[in-house]
Amino acid sequence: MPRPGFVLEVDRSTPPILFWRGENFSLEKLPAGRSRVIYPPEPLKAIDDIDSAITHALLNPIDQDPLPALLLPGMRLTICFDDVSLPLPKMQQPDTRQRVIEAVLDMAAEAGVDDVHIIAALGLHRRMHEYEMRHALGDRIYDAFHPRGMLYQHDAEDHDNLAVLGTTDHGEVLEINKRAAESDLVVYVNINSVPMDGGWKSICTGLASYRCLSHHHNGETLQNTRSMSGHRKHSALHTSIWRMGQVLQENGPKLFQIETTLNTDMFPKPFDFIAKREWEWTGRDRATYLATTKSLNRTPLRIARKIFHNIEAPHQMTSIQAGETEAVHALTLEHVYRQQLVPVEGQTDILTMGIPYVCPYNPDSVMNPILVMCMGLGYLFNMYRNKPLVRQGGVIIMTHPTYRDFHPVHHPSYIDFFEQVLPDTTDPVVMGHKWERQYAEDEWYRHLYRTGNAYHGVHPFYAWYWGAHGQQHAGKVIIVGGDAPTVRRLGFTPASTMDDAFEIATDVVGRAPTITHLHVPSLLVADVS
Amino acid sequence: MKALQVDKKLAKLGMARMLSAISPAAAVRMGPLEMVTIDPPALPGPGWYRVHTHLAGICGSDLATVEGHASAYFDDWVSFPFVPGHEVVGHLDDGRRVVIEPVLGHAARGFEPPFEGAAPGDGNDYAHLATGHLEPGIQIGFCNSTCGGWAPQFVAHDSQIHEIPDTMSDEQAVLVEPAAGGIHAALLTLPIVGGAERPVVAVLGAGTMGLCAIAGLRRYVPGVQIIVGARYPHQQSLATALGADTVVKPDELARAVRRATSSHMVGDHLSGGADATIDAVATSDSIADCLRFTRPRGRVVLMGMPAQVSVDLTGLWHRETQLVGAYTYGTETMLDGSRRRTFDLAIETAQQLGFERLLSATYRLDDHDDAIAHAAAAGRRGAVKIAFDLRPAPKKESA
Repeated sequence: MPRPGFVLEVDRSTPPILFWRGENFSLEKLPAGRSRVIYPPEPLKAIDDIDSAITHALLNPIDQDPLPALLLPGMRLTICFDDVSLPLPKMQQPDTRQRVIEAVLDMAAEAGVDDVHIIAALGLHRRMHEYEMRHALGDRIYDAFHPRGMLYQHDAEDHDNLAVLGTTDHGEVLEINKRAAESDLVVYVNINSVPMDGGWKSICTGLASYRCLSHHHNGETLQNTRSMSGHRKHSALHTSIWRMGQVLQENGPKLFQIETTLNTDMFPKPFDFIAKREWEWTGRDRATYLATTKSLNRTPLRIARKIFHNIEAPHQMTSIQAGETEAVHALTLEHVYRQQLVPVEGQTDILTMGIPYVCPYNPDSVMNPILVMCMGLGYLFNMYRNKPLVRQGGVIIMTHPTYRDFHPVHHPSYIDFFEQVLPDTTDPVVMGHKWERQYAEDEWYRHLYRTGNAYHGVHPFYAWYWGAHGQQHAGKVIIVGGDAPTVRRLGFTPASTMDDAFEIATDVVGRAPTITHLHVPSLLVADVS
Repeated sequence: MKALQVDKKLAKLGMARMLSAISPAAAVRMGPLEMVTIDPPALPGPGWYRVHTHLAGICGSDLATVEGHASAYFDDWVSFPFVPGHEVVGHLDDGRRVVIEPVLGHAARGFEPPFEGAAPGDGNDYAHLATGHLEPGIQIGFCNSTCGGWAPQFVAHDSQIHEIPDTMSDEQAVLVEPAAGGIHAALLTLPIVGGAERPVVAVLGAGTMGLCAIAGLRRYVPGVQIIVGARYPHQQSLATALGADTVVKPDELARAVRRATSSHMVGDHLSGGADATIDAVATSDSIADCLRFTRPRGRVVLMGMPAQVSVDLTGLWHRETQLVGAYTYGTETMLDGSRRRTFDLAIETAQQLGFERLLSATYRLDDHDDAIAHAAAAGRRGAVKIAFDLRPAPKKESA
């Protein structure tokens, strides 16, 4: 039986705690008597027979007819799937998407459906490389569909292939992929790593146009998104998307939503020590830690990145549910919370977190400075329900080298964002009004997004907006071990060591602040009372 | 009189060249520049005047000379030993305060000017620079016959003398010569950008010359969008103050130009780029960079003094880029077709824009080691222009 999440009160016998530092780690001693560490629940047991579970879900959907009953000869069937922004790390093959889509295709074939398109629901993410598509879908699907032009990636800038389905009562235009909009049935295959994903967000962002996304992916909305992991009504982002979902339901194609959850078994040996509780480290774990960190210190960054991005996680499916979108998503959230929820009492003055080498926007790529902000203030800070782990005006301390390094193919507009926008402003609302349009309309970015493997021109804005609430909530943000000029350009304060960071933090929170450390990995949702 | 003099001593030139990478101060001490006692130069003939130096700037070309980096190209265009110093403000025997247009042109050397009212730098044949009644020398400060500004006095021809108003300080006036160089480079963009609605000109480097070029662009190239690559914070501030629209670090310049011109980046070149670029650095890397972000059929104005460089010119060939040198100044053709002397424009500019802010420090001639070391590291040390002050030292008040 996996152990539930746990809040450790740090005392003098508590060993140093593991912090990610990009492509490396450190052990940090937290002050005794006023620090606590939030440990995630241990990974749930995976489903024993995943293929049978998939079949069962497709044949016994929630508030929806069984999938075979929806499949008719001559129909236009579109299967959409989440891109490789998740899960992280990528999962060992066969990927959930491959298993589910193969099952859907088998049923479609049995029903005589031959007009089938498979679309990667990228939104404004970068197009996947062939090796990534093959990893997610398997060679069988790729080789059968891609050469015939029936497996492709959504293009939010292909205006000839976008369709407006309607407008919400707030004036938000729902514009999505035309093939999906005009299909007789859309099957969406999701992997739900975090509570913010899934539901109407799958189609309303993954298949949307820039115009459609800009209604909710903006500074104002994200500043008013006070919970990404908890109640939807606290999220202006999700409220907007759910309004669009109603338009989709009323004017769009018939939908069949398939959502899956994974356990949090994220790192195989020899990196499995990362997820362990430090006082339970064996001698072997300590030796592995020492050997790993010392080796990584001597390893060129490019090689270290390669090592980490090549990790394939052993995480496996813990649930699959299919059918009507909202009903399915409600059940999905229950499963996500079952794996990730940790009850936590009250807020503290400081929140510390180690930032890893990866976030949803740099699979097989560089964790550039904007993504460090996004991962820290956008993702990790938001891993709470009810209220943040750190009090309003408190201090957030992150550890990451924050090198000024960008992947020129994947993140071209991020470089310009760093060089042009951040020196001007770090305010998400101001930058949105002043600069976003220029990046949206830049023909070079459009070209690279549509034909290369680049994130859309506005994506660095979106990454920045993601941290808007955290940025507004924190009185100060400190990055330990980061390149100082780069950290300052983000609007944060650099510190050389954790002790220095605590000293700097005293300006804001006084001399004996309370501290919460969010133990990463793995994923958790702190249910803060 | 005591003067700083450069002699052609190959061993010292080699030593200076070697040491300059490690310690500019040591390069000066061991190099070809020496404090010597010499006789004041004789007046070469009628129309020549004795100039008493007030301030004399240290230019990049001076540094190249004393650090042994100057190209062998100049061997036949200068005459050793010479006293450097061509950025000069001083006074004549009759008390008039003047700045010197240092090029030793046709009139100074006893030749017919190439056209009526020509400036010293005008003309399409440089034979006069190495012939005539003076020793060879492209300018005062590189000619054995005239001496130069790094001495208490030197001689200058009437054609080189510009009287300055009383309202102009010596500190402004010593910047007139570099200002003229910068304005000349700025005006060399006109054949490409003149008449365009919102042309883009990039400036790489924001030392004295880069800053003067920015000022020249802003004043004399209407409607231009100026994008500057400046390395140091004080250079970035001054570039903005003198009229740059966008100022970035040099390694960010290509992308800033791309954004401003809506270009694509194809490999390491922009598909389009700046209409013109002024290279105030003039190294292999800077020239290659400028060629990369200047648009096809655009112009790169090479304002910094290069020596031997290694550059892949395939892009220049394919893009039909013009690579144009910008040595000095003379008579300019303005956008409206009118003709102006660059030095007149420079005097106006230096005064109206308060160029004394570009003069960071002055040294006495005796402290030349420190002065040149400071000039060689000006950017890193937060400075722009370093000059020698040869005015009488202020008398100490007695107790």
